[in-house]
Amino acid sequence: MSDLSSNAALFAPRSGPLARAVDWIIRHPRMFVFLLVLPITLWLGIVYIGALIALLIQSFFSIDEFSGVVVHEFTLKTYGELLRPYNLDIILRTVAMAASVTIAAAILAFPIAYFAARYAKGKWKALFYVGVMLPLWSSYLVKVYAWKLVLAKEGILNWIFAKLHLTWLLDGFLSLPVIGGNSLSVSYIGTFLVFLYIWLPYMIIPVQAALERVSKDLTEAASDLGATPRQNFRMVLLPLALPGVVAGSIFTFSLTLGDYIVPQIVGNSRLFIGQAVYTQQGTAGNIPLAAAFTVVPIVIMGIYLWGARKMGAFDAL
Amino acid sequence: MTDAVTFQGVSRHFGPVKAVDAVDLSIRDGEFFAMLGPSGSGKTTCLRLIAGFEQPTAGHIAIFGERAEGVPPYLRNVNTVFQNYALFPHMNVRENVAFGLRVKGVGKAERHRAAEEALELVELGGYGHRRAGELSGGQRQRVALARALINKPRVVLLDEPLGALDLKLREQMQEELRKLQRALGLTFVFVTHDQDEALSMADRVAVFAEGKIQQIGTSEDIYRCPNTRFVADFVGSSNVLPADLAGVGRAGQWASLRPEDVVLDPAGREATVTGRFFHGRVTKLSLDLAGQSLTALIPAREDTPDVGEAARISWDPARVHLMEREA
Amino acid sequence: MHSDNRSPLALKLAAFGGLFFLLAPIALIFLYAFSTEEKSFQWPPPGYTLKWIGVTLGRADVWEAMALSVKVAAISTILALILGTLTAAAVARSKFFGRETISLLVILPIALPGIITGISLRSAFSLLDIPFSTWTIVLGHATFCIVIVYNNAVARFRRTSGALIDAAMDLGADGVQTFRLVILPNIATALLAGGMLAFALSFDEVIVTTFTAGNQTTLPIWMLEELVRPRQRPVTNVVAMAVVLVTVLPILAAYYLTKDGEHTAGSDK
Repeated sequence: MSDLSSNAALFAPRSGPLARAVDWIIRHPRMFVFLLVLPITLWLGIVYIGALIALLIQSFFSIDEFSGVVVHEFTLKTYGELLRPYNLDIILRTVAMAASVTIAAAILAFPIAYFAARYAKGKWKALFYVGVMLPLWSSYLVKVYAWKLVLAKEGILNWIFAKLHLTWLLDGFLSLPVIGGNSLSVSYIGTFLVFLYIWLPYMIIPVQAALERVSKDLTEAASDLGATPRQNFRMVLLPLALPGVVAGSIFTFSLTLGDYIVPQIVGNSRLFIGQAVYTQQGTAGNIPLAAAFTVVPIVIMGIYLWGARKMGAFDAL
Repeated sequence: MTDAVTFQGVSRHFGPVKAVDAVDLSIRDGEFFAMLGPSGSGKTTCLRLIAGFEQPTAGHIAIFGERAEGVPPYLRNVNTVFQNYALFPHMNVRENVAFGLRVKGVGKAERHRAAEEALELVELGGYGHRRAGELSGGQRQRVALARALINKPRVVLLDEPLGALDLKLREQMQEELRKLQRALGLTFVFVTHDQDEALSMADRVAVFAEGKIQQIGTSEDIYRCPNTRFVADFVGSSNVLPADLAGVGRAGQWASLRPEDVVLDPAGREATVTGRFFHGRVTKLSLDLAGQSLTALIPAREDTPDVGEAARISWDPARVHLMEREA
Repeated sequence: MHSDNRSPLALKLAAFGGLFFLLAPIALIFLYAFSTEEKSFQWPPPGYTLKWIGVTLGRADVWEAMALSVKVAAISTILALILGTLTAAAVARSKFFGRETISLLVILPIALPGIITGISLRSAFSLLDIPFSTWTIVLGHATFCIVIVYNNAVARFRRTSGALIDAAMDLGADGVQTFRLVILPNIATALLAGGMLAFALSFDEVIVTTFTAGNQTTLPIWMLEELVRPRQRPVTNVVAMAVVLVTVLPILAAYYLTKDGEHTAGSDK
């Protein structure tokens, strides 16, 4: 072995300002952690949270109806405005859309995630991975654009229905009250399909991650104890995958709540929260009302995140 | 001669948890010292205090007489063999072993030569180009040892180094470690929860419980004369009896009696057999003596009464050890 | 639950049907980029041509938008790498007061709808009289890119056994050497993967950007204008295809990087 090592029990501290600074940090682990989290605290805690709070404060101001100028006085008037039937409709419509997209995404995601986690091996596993990651990371606008191509009157979906002589079915579907419309691209069905498509990968990934973590031993133990495949699914697999579903629903729900581009491009003229915020702060110039509108998703997501945390869904992210 | 490591009233608290609580300790130069205790007893924290990963909340630590509080691990001439070996996954065996010399600025040729020597010392010559992942548990253990020895540390710390090995390999490594330690003349400090391992390998053993040292002594001392009920129980699962029942001391005191010292004796006191387990060389009897439960190990060649039957037993009062403290 | 490794037919159908639903619209983008039809989204395309690729390559507005997007994505990624890695190191390696709060804080910008991030930054800019610039876009993008890097880094830090750092210091490596010789090689691929994903995310972002860009045009904003008021469908088709390629390649690379990392970064257990 080397003869270069000294026989001292302790070595002399290294010299140089950097070495001394590092030695000092290592002797003060709390200081080290403090320095590590200082940048993020400044960035998110001050810039981001600061901006959020400033926005929320503005929701307690109101706009002078004659001059259109923001009155910097505390009032709940703007929240009163938020609860008018017209605005309340917007909120309910958005929440209903977010909920149905979330439920549909969970139902559609489960078999994909389950198959990919349990049965797909080798190149099939890679195919499923890429098949989910590709649409997840493809440009949001490109995906919306793709659906504009799909849903267009002269587009592929109408063409398929025509070729299969099923145009009557599509027309029947579109003539349904509320969800129907003149064509797919100006109906709630269209909006729903695009939302579902765009957010589906956000559901698949956490569900798959949760399912991957369910060890095969557990389902084997359950069937050993006499559970039928159906019972096994309901009593073992589903409860263990639930945190993944909840984690995924954070995304699908939140992203639908705040989106203003999809309903603008594929949908009818009825507004969603995102559009209302956009028009209130932009063309209408009513920042207090726009701010009050943003409080709705914040409150909904706050409750949602709190519940998700209780369920341990953050570990499945 | 200066002691290798001394603790003076050393405490390490994590919030309300007193992981190590006012420990006094001295480890002699060149001895094989074992820290024995159940998990959470503070033995590993003591090891980490010597290595420098933890700093004491109170008290003084000296390594060969030099004050070590506040000195970071890399300035201590002390090296550790980690519990799960902690071999660097992005380096091969040679680079792992040579790491200590590399960070000291030793040239490549020189440190590779030294690494090869260290590997030969642990009988792994020629394994330098392998990845840690390609080695068996026993081989990884040897690499970890070679890596710790290459710096020629004054003290070698071993954190449950044999815990992940199977029984056969364990026994073989115990012997080799002991030989290596004698040959190199280094101070080894060894943490384990396995009392057999501690008793068979160490020159001296410190028994830990709840952050305190219960007893320090040679293996024979600890086994024959446990100070406290905890030591008696943890090391070799002794019978702890009221002293008057054991026939020594006075009421209120407690005594320890090893199960192998209980013998079948037609002239002895009558006890009831509540359990009987055949172990090959010995038969273990669970007995009830005047309401006190008692274990006896009887050589298998003797006939033993069955469960529910009476057994007449006795022991040599000289074998009973009166404990200093009841706790 | 099934002793054999074959899946039930219904599950297989549902899984592959779902995969088809996910991939078919993207495949459509590639077809339309070569369509000869200029005025509508006619299916099937009446003919195929390479003409529009050339036309798009000659468009200065597309190139300018592309350059701005690359610049913003590059700066945001670097900022996110620094902030995300530091935070991940703290959260994964030690327990400290406020640790839960910080991990919640980091995911907040993607847990809350992008429009909230956008409008609050915009109103903050106007309150503080900050004019729109590349930096206002970067500020928004870095905020939600941090979480991407953080997630990748924190997972790797957790998998990298803490004993490795102890071992390095024990063998005489000081803080800087430990970082350079042990920590960095073990987290490098995770950082590269996180960085690539952050880049793709920033390159593609539109919702926050509409609030923080003023009248600057990033590539997504260029596309949004085309979506709302289509003027040059063939060029949009080609740009859409290009955007898919630019975002997908880093993602595939990131996949291979993290896949290998699972085998090299763990402890020796």
